[in-house]
Parts: sequence; C-alpha cells; structure tokens
Amino acid sequence: MTDDPAAPVEEAVTVAAAVAGTATTLEVEAANPLRDPRDKRLPRVAGPCVMVLFGVTGDLAKRKLLPAIYDLGNRGLLPPGFSLVGFARRDWKDQDFAQLTYDAVKAHARTPFREEVWKQIREGIHFVPGEFSDDGAFDALAMALSEIDETRGTGGNYAFYLSVPPKFFPMVVNQLKRTGLADAPEGSWRRVVIEKPFGHDLRSAHELNEITTSAFPESSIFRIDHYLGKETVQNIMALRFANNLYEPIWNRGFVDHVQITMAEDIGIGGRAGYYDGIGAARDVIQNHLLQLLALVAMEDPTSFEASALRREKEKVLKAVRLPETLALNTARGQYAAGWQGGEKVVGYLQEEGISRESTTETYAAIKLEIANRRWAGVPFYLRTGKRLGRRVTEVAVVFQRAPHLPFSKDDTEILGQNALVIRVQPDEGITVRFGSKVPGTAMEVRDVSMDFAYGESFLESSPEAYERLLLDVMIGDPPLFPHQREVELSWKILDPIEEFWATQGQPEPYESGSWGPPSADAMMARDGRVWRRL
Amino acid sequence: MTTFMLSDTTAGKISAQLMHLRHQMGAPAIGMVLTLVVVCEERDQYDSLRAATEAAREHPSRIIVVINREPDEPIRLDAELRIGESTPGEVVVLRLYGELTQHADSVVSPLLLPDTPVVAWWPGKAPEVPSKDAVGALAQRRITDAKGFDDGGVRSLVTRAKGYARGDTDLAWARLTPWRSLLAAAFDQPVGQVQEGVVEAASGHPSAPLLAAWLSERLGAPIRVADTQGPGLTAVRLRLADGELSVSRHDARLATLSRPGQPDRNVALARRQTSELVAEEMRRLDTDEIYEAAVKRFARTYKG
Repeated sequence: MTDDPAAPVEEAVTVAAAVAGTATTLEVEAANPLRDPRDKRLPRVAGPCVMVLFGVTGDLAKRKLLPAIYDLGNRGLLPPGFSLVGFARRDWKDQDFAQLTYDAVKAHARTPFREEVWKQIREGIHFVPGEFSDDGAFDALAMALSEIDETRGTGGNYAFYLSVPPKFFPMVVNQLKRTGLADAPEGSWRRVVIEKPFGHDLRSAHELNEITTSAFPESSIFRIDHYLGKETVQNIMALRFANNLYEPIWNRGFVDHVQITMAEDIGIGGRAGYYDGIGAARDVIQNHLLQLLALVAMEDPTSFEASALRREKEKVLKAVRLPETLALNTARGQYAAGWQGGEKVVGYLQEEGISRESTTETYAAIKLEIANRRWAGVPFYLRTGKRLGRRVTEVAVVFQRAPHLPFSKDDTEILGQNALVIRVQPDEGITVRFGSKVPGTAMEVRDVSMDFAYGESFLESSPEAYERLLLDVMIGDPPLFPHQREVELSWKILDPIEEFWATQGQPEPYESGSWGPPSADAMMARDGRVWRRL
Repeated sequence: MTTFMLSDTTAGKISAQLMHLRHQMGAPAIGMVLTLVVVCEERDQYDSLRAATEAAREHPSRIIVVINREPDEPIRLDAELRIGESTPGEVVVLRLYGELTQHADSVVSPLLLPDTPVVAWWPGKAPEVPSKDAVGALAQRRITDAKGFDDGGVRSLVTRAKGYARGDTDLAWARLTPWRSLLAAAFDQPVGQVQEGVVEAASGHPSAPLLAAWLSERLGAPIRVADTQGPGLTAVRLRLADGELSVSRHDARLATLSRPGQPDRNVALARRQTSELVAEEMRRLDTDEIYEAAVKRFARTYKG
C-alpha cells in the first residue's frame, strides 16, 4: 500500500488504462457517419451490452435500479438488444425475475408505463440462480452470457452491478476472475459497479480496492455515489463555473462559513445489521458530504473530463485539515425515543436488532478547514443525522456581515447573514437569502429569500440520479464516479475522528424529531455561529 | 387556478392584471425561464395550448397564444389570463380583431418576459419567412410544423428551406429524433458503406423525405422515399455490401432492428405527442445546423 494515494506511477497507469478502455467505443463513435457533435438532439445511447445484477432481491434493486432501467428504456436510451441478467440465491426461472422487475417498475418507475417499452425489456431478461460460492452457478452465468451475445447481439459487453453487502465482494470478484468474465476480449468491455460503503476505514477501503483491482483495471471500476448523479449536484458546477457573479465572492474574503447538511427524518428502518457499528459519519459524511464539500470548494477544472475533475476534487480533499481539539469541534449523538412528525417513535437502542449498549452514532457533526489560499480560515461544518425534524439535504454558503451598516442598530437587529443555499433534496433548487427593507415608514431591514427551481416542481420529468449513473456506466463515461484516491482521501479525513470517538463511550442522546444533540449546538456557539434552522 | 377575462383591452392592462393576479395568488415561487408565443387559428387553440402547457412542466414559461380573428371587424383586443393551471407558468390567450391582426407584435412585445429567450411556434400555417414575420422576429427559436398544413406539408418544407434563418426548426424534424437516435445507435457498430436505401412512410408524411435527406447527406448514398399504409414512418432499409440493415415498425410503437449476421431485436419506438416535441425544441435553443443541412438538401432534390 502506498502512503500517498495519488502516487504518480498509478496515475500514469490509470491514464493509459483509461485510454485503452475507452478507445474502442470512442473510435467507433467518431467513425459513425450518423453522429455529429453539432447534432445535439441525438441523445447519448449506450452501445449493445448486458447488465448483470447481483442482489436483485435487495431494496435498492427494487426501488431504484430496476425502475431506472425501465425509465432509460422509456426515454429511448437503452441500446437495441440490451439484456438484464439477475443473479441470486433463489430457485427462480426467468419469468420470476421478470415478474419482480415488472412489479418494481410498476411501483417505482418515474415515467408512465408503456407496454412496448416493457416488451423490449422483457425480451432481454434472464435469471441465473446460485450462491456466490458455487462455481457451477458462475459457469452457468458465463454460459448464459455468451448465449445472450449470440441471440441478442450484445457483443461481449458486460456491466456487473454488485448490489450486495461488501463481505461478498471478494467472492463475486474472484468468481468473475475465475470464469474469465472479468477479462474483456478485444473490442469489447467489462465493467464493474460497486456501491458504498467503500470500506469502513482507510485500511479496509484499500483492501476492498485490492480485491476489485485484482480483476478489473481502475478505469473499469465505477463507484456509485448516487448524490453525484443528482441534477442539483451537477448544477453546483454550472452555478460556479458558468457564471461570473459568484466566483469573485467564493472565497475567504466574503464567505464566513459553509454548512453542509444531510438530515433524515426516518430511523434506521430495516438496516440494523448494516448500520450498527458503522454509524452516521461513515454512512454519510465519508462519501456524500465530503463529495459535496469537494464540489463546492474545488478550483475550476480545466475541463469536465473525468481526470481533470477528479484532480481538482483530490486537491481540495488533500487540503482538508482537521481541527486540533476534536472534542470541541465534533459532536455525535444517538436518537432517543420521542415524537417525530406526529408519530411516537422508539430510540435507537430500542430498535430491533440493535444491542442495548450500542455506541453507534446516528448523528454526527464535524468542523473542517481547508488549507489553501481560497479557504484558509473558513470553517466547513458538516452534519448528518437520522430522526431529525425533517428530510433535507443542502449546502449553505454563509457570507460575512456587511462591514459597515449605515442603519441604526435597532433597524438591523434581526438582519442575519447573506446566504446562498443549494438545495439538493427534496425541493431541488437554489435559494439566496438577503436583507430587504420591510415596507413602512421606518427603515427596518430583515432577511428575505429568493428561490429558484428549474422545472423541479414537477419532478416526474427530470431523470433520477440512478438513470444518469447507469447510463454513464454503459457508455463508459466516468466523471460522476469517485476515484479510489478520493475514497481513500475521505477516509484519511474521517479515520482520526472515528478513532477519537471510539474512546468516548456512549454518544449523547437527542430526542427524535429534534435537530440533534446539544453538543452540536454548543460546538457552533463556541465559534459564535448557529446551525441554519432547516 | 384563476382565469380572468379582459375584453377590448391593451397590453398595458394585461400586464398590470397579470401582476395583480400573481400577487393575489401569493406569487408562485418559481422562476419562468422563457416565453413561448403560439400563433394559431381558433380551431387549433385548445390542442396547441394543451401541448404548450405540458411542455411548460419541463420549461416553466409564460405562454402567449395569439389568435387572429376577423380582419374586417373593428379593431379590438380580447385577452384571457390563466394562472396556476397545471403549469408552473402563466397563460395569456390573445384574440386580435381588425387592423390589429397585422400588428400582433405590438401586443406581444410588451408581454414578453424580460431578458429571457423567446420561442415562437406556429402549430398550423406559418409565414413564408418566419424570421421576417412580425412575431417571429421577436423570437430566438421559431418552430413550424409541416404536418400542420392540411395538404402539401411536404411542399412546405421547400418554403422552409428557402426562408431558412438560424433558429428555425420544424416539428417534422423533431418527430424523427427517436428514429435518428436508433439508427445512429445501430451505426455505433461498424457497418461499412451503405449502397442505397429507402424510407417507407404513409403517403405525404413530411418527416419521411427529411429523414431520407439526412441519411443521404450523412451516408453519401441515394435514399428514396416509398409510400406505405402507415401509420407514420414504417421502415428504413439500408442496403449494405453483406445484406440489409433495417428498422421497421408497423404498429407505431415497437420497432424491429435487423442487421446482417445478428439476431433481430425489438426496440420501443413510439410516436410522440406534440407536447414532447415542443419540450424537445425548448431544451436546446441554439441553431440546429443538422436540420438546416437536411431541409436544404431535401429542397435541392425536390421535384414536385
């Protein structure tokens, strides 16, 4: 294991591999007489391929992946011959998996159900039963895939989606290696898609990566962080780099601090087995919130190609500094029983499957600084929690107060700080908060909000994050997927905090439906700031 | 939803009333991104407006419908304002009488949203040179529809080519996007030189010759148009050195892609509603050079 995740040797290998991996598709695309970069109506359609889904009976597959595949088909973005292969420990036939897909599509697809689209997808559905440890099952999978190449013309292009708990990764990857499914013959591609968690600390992330890279080159590994597929998150880049209005004030000269929040109103639900021992920081801060931080704080990339974008994100993640006294600048909590949105709910320790002595945090708040010229001295506060007041994810850039107010103190008593808020979910959009005069004869100034939402009031038409990401996997377009180096850098930020917390015993309880433990508020108060009320 | 009628009015009064209604409803907190001006006849009004409001779900807009009524009557302007109707934007239906029918721009221009794009759409008959039309000159994007001509839709494309200006586009072209997309996907795998081909469609379907023109422009091969029973486009067949590449569709929903040495595959290829076509047009407001090349090529070869 190299100490520096961005070792230059690896860089060179990655670039070379990336070129080799994409050359086949890009060359052909360039040679396609019907394509023209000026022809912007033609959508990017994936080439012929098979998506192999491990863990088809999981929640994610049913709620997100299968409906997203249907929606892609409905938008005309699936290639002719596209096939979907399910693999699971079920004694099923093709039609059982088709039924599961049908139900998932009916229940969760965002676009209207159309018989002809379903017919197209149904023709490509296959199921291979088996255990991950069963060599025979994977031999059967390999055979099924080559048969599909014959009958559906998918050309040996396979994407393996590992929607399974990480402990099964080694088994699946080794099986793919053993059966030769991981090696792409000349002129075709093999890609593997993995979901978070990418380990639970730096070491395990590295081990996990060793396993995956033993079978697939880095350029063929797609790590899904579904936040990066969201329209509003991509809009952060448009907001910052397509406008001239914000860039001049996007620095320590004007910004007082930044708050990045992901609040959930639900508890852990059925995820006890996964969640306990992991906790809020590993579950959310390590991936989603640090990715948001990177996008908000990075310098402008030279282009939107994957390598350029990742380089800037890595630079800023490398510049992240932890506060010296973790005790005063982090907070963690665990939800206790209470009332959430009019319902009586139990505390974390009373949840089914959770030990009564569990020290897993369900709320985490940390303060970070970025040691570069743009951000030195500007704190970034990250917080996430379960069973909070309501479900909201946002990035709030809070500006400094005006250096001089020509109004009397009474007039501006309730005037806050200007803020630019990027609302990631559920009400996607942008809010600007600024002071405005209250109508009347007195000069009273108070905060008002200006909102922008682009067509988001009717969400059915905007593509879901998974649609975009699945399409990018099939096309082989990596900018929206974090690189292993980003994953490792994020763990480097979080590991010391987790180690410190491990010595602190029980997290502070907070009432369900509230906005977190008092220590989180105290942490802000020490800096003379408050959390935004969401 | 609020509907408000103003008879014998002016653009100023309409503007004031719009603002008043918006305040009364508590100012919809949504930013409108463009103005869509629909110029049509009374009989097309309902369907066109419905398509426009649906498209506005994706692109929150102020929709201005301009209906020219009797030019012989005394001058008069009637307006119907709708806010909060299944669209995040606003709808203004204008009915023009008398000499005012020649000066629609004087009413439309003060009602445009400031400093945002303007799109003009003629669902039926369109001026010969849309960019020189009084309303068309206000717009960055001018959408015509060859299919909106009762007959001679194909011939209208020749007019489109002659009067072409940057920003012009035709829904007959937008109807082709799924076909073109599927054909382009088929060509993502090398197929070799196309020798000749045919586009089959219902007789007089204006999209067919456009598709043929685009294909021959891009493939450098002669592509002709053949009539079938429809509905709409039914097939594209391209002759290759080693066989035929074809996309055929007979029920207006599911198409079959066949190519030499590969199994046949079915692909959903449904005909799209007008609202989807208009929404597609509003997604990109820059010049469509590919359409320009196709329609001009068609006009060069048209013998009618």
